Amino acid sequence: MGEKKSELAIPASYQLFPLGDAAIVVKFGDNIGYDVHTKVRAFAASLEAHPFPGFVELVPAFTTVTVYYNPWVVSHKGHFDPYQSVIDLLLPVLTLTHNQEELPSRLIEIPVCYGGKLGPDLEFVAEHNQLSPEEVVKLHTAAEYLVFMIGFAPGFPYMGGMDKRISAPRKATPRPAVPQGSVGIAGTQTGVYPLQTPGGWQLIGRSPLLLFRPFQELPSLLRAGDKVRFVSISEEEYLYTTKLAHESSY
Amino acid sequence: MSLHIEKSGLQATIQDLGRFGHQKEGIIVSGPMDRVALRMANLLVGNPEHAAVIETVAPGPAIRFQKDTLIALTGADLSPAIAGVPVKMNRPVLVRQHALLEFGAPRAGVYTYLAVAGSFDLPQVLGSLATYLRAGIGGFGGRALQTGDVLPLGQAPAGFTSLLRTVPETAAFTPATWTPDHSLFPVHQEQPKLRAVRGPEYDLLTSNSKGYLWSEKYQITRQADRMGYHLYGTPLAMAAPAELISSAVTFGTIQVPSEGNPIVLMADHQTTGGYPRIAQVITADLTHLAQTGPGKLITFEEVTLQEAQQHYLQQELNLEIMKKGIELKRLFT
Repeated sequence: MGEKKSELAIPASYQLFPLGDAAIVVKFGDNIGYDVHTKVRAFAASLEAHPFPGFVELVPAFTTVTVYYNPWVVSHKGHFDPYQSVIDLLLPVLTLTHNQEELPSRLIEIPVCYGGKLGPDLEFVAEHNQLSPEEVVKLHTAAEYLVFMIGFAPGFPYMGGMDKRISAPRKATPRPAVPQGSVGIAGTQTGVYPLQTPGGWQLIGRSPLLLFRPFQELPSLLRAGDKVRFVSISEEEYLYTTKLAHESSY
Repeated sequence: MSLHIEKSGLQATIQDLGRFGHQKEGIIVSGPMDRVALRMANLLVGNPEHAAVIETVAPGPAIRFQKDTLIALTGADLSPAIAGVPVKMNRPVLVRQHALLEFGAPRAGVYTYLAVAGSFDLPQVLGSLATYLRAGIGGFGGRALQTGDVLPLGQAPAGFTSLLRTVPETAAFTPATWTPDHSLFPVHQEQPKLRAVRGPEYDLLTSNSKGYLWSEKYQITRQADRMGYHLYGTPLAMAAPAELISSAVTFGTIQVPSEGNPIVLMADHQTTGGYPRIAQVITADLTHLAQTGPGKLITFEEVTLQEAQQHYLQQELNLEIMKKGIELKRLFT
């Protein structure tokens, strides 16, 4: 790898295509998986460490990183082709990423009070899978989850790693208001609602942690690449922690 | 120095150019529906282009000025009047203490922008004053303006405060006799033809649907708000059922859910989505789309990415020329 322009020798493990006239998508694969996710994370981290003039922001997803740019700035006020300019600016970062070691992950524990009023669909999920509610909780807390991306709502994690034995269909009629902190299952996915929103997930519990903290420097508790574990807590612990979380956040 | 909201209107919010840098955390950009109009309103009163303004739809709010204030109105024409006298848009207007600004019947467009010299003295959330209604953050208490709100103003730029002493005190307001050259800002059409580029999933459309997209008229339905404009027309179909992996979407993304009626995502769009992104309205035409309301018909015209970016650059150049022109004007006041 000693020769000049070595990036040209590296087989392209990504695709580049536009999303409109002010964003470019870097795609690292066609399927959701750990290898693709690792590339997504590495590239996002490199670009954020070395932003180019005219870089606006980036959005990592399952297989892609979308990079928003200002065409006026990257083209030097119209002297160059904006799309080609942004590709030229990204290539060194892509090369850098190629040689990067795997990034460390944080492990975040999310306390959840399962069942009862806070998890009204725990019984349904149990019956649907011919398990007891205790077994559902055991399987839900046993797995280690990977946050692939944040989207849909502020701080909402798209996670992989749920045990298929506790999967459940969405509710036929979505609830008009799912409370903030609700932990749900939809298909083979599990997630936590950061805000009170309408939603069709089966709710198995509720967490006192705030996933969206708009007045903190890092407003999302979780970020892409984090590992997550759910920890079962009692209703007393839930109430106590809820109080503390709200006091420290605002 | 403040503005008093004497009547709330349907939905008036504080918006700056947007909350950038947090989409990776699922936090939407928000900001104005018509970015050109917001930037122009700010330029006319000597503010930085991205500063916070009031965005409103009809029926608009009634706003009392506690002090002499320099303002500009851009975007939709909602028949603005001060002390009952119609006030011209797209120019600086000096409003006298205690005067009341009201809006009447919408004549053209949907979203109006009111910039005040000095903008608003409100706390930023995550680097922006844009109102994010669903999360309840930004702007004025994270919500739309309500009757009784008092909005504190920031410090007006120095050049404009001297202007305040040079105009007659008898009138409730004094408009500038000039406006930026009309070739420099968008002129909206009743039935706009919106230019668009192909989206990442364009090729999933059937060949018939590709034809419909670039030829059929689509009506903006009543389900048209800051999040997105739902369209109604010849349904668009995918050649095969597409199971898509969620990825980023942006302002102007045209998505097609399974029933086939397209949705164009607007200022309050989610950060990511899973529907096919068949096309993307070019940035330069988002101002036209935003100002076209429910019931109106639109068509899409395909352009290349290069053409789209040329139009983008031309729009930036126009705003740059406008900015320079206004600076020249200030030399003579």
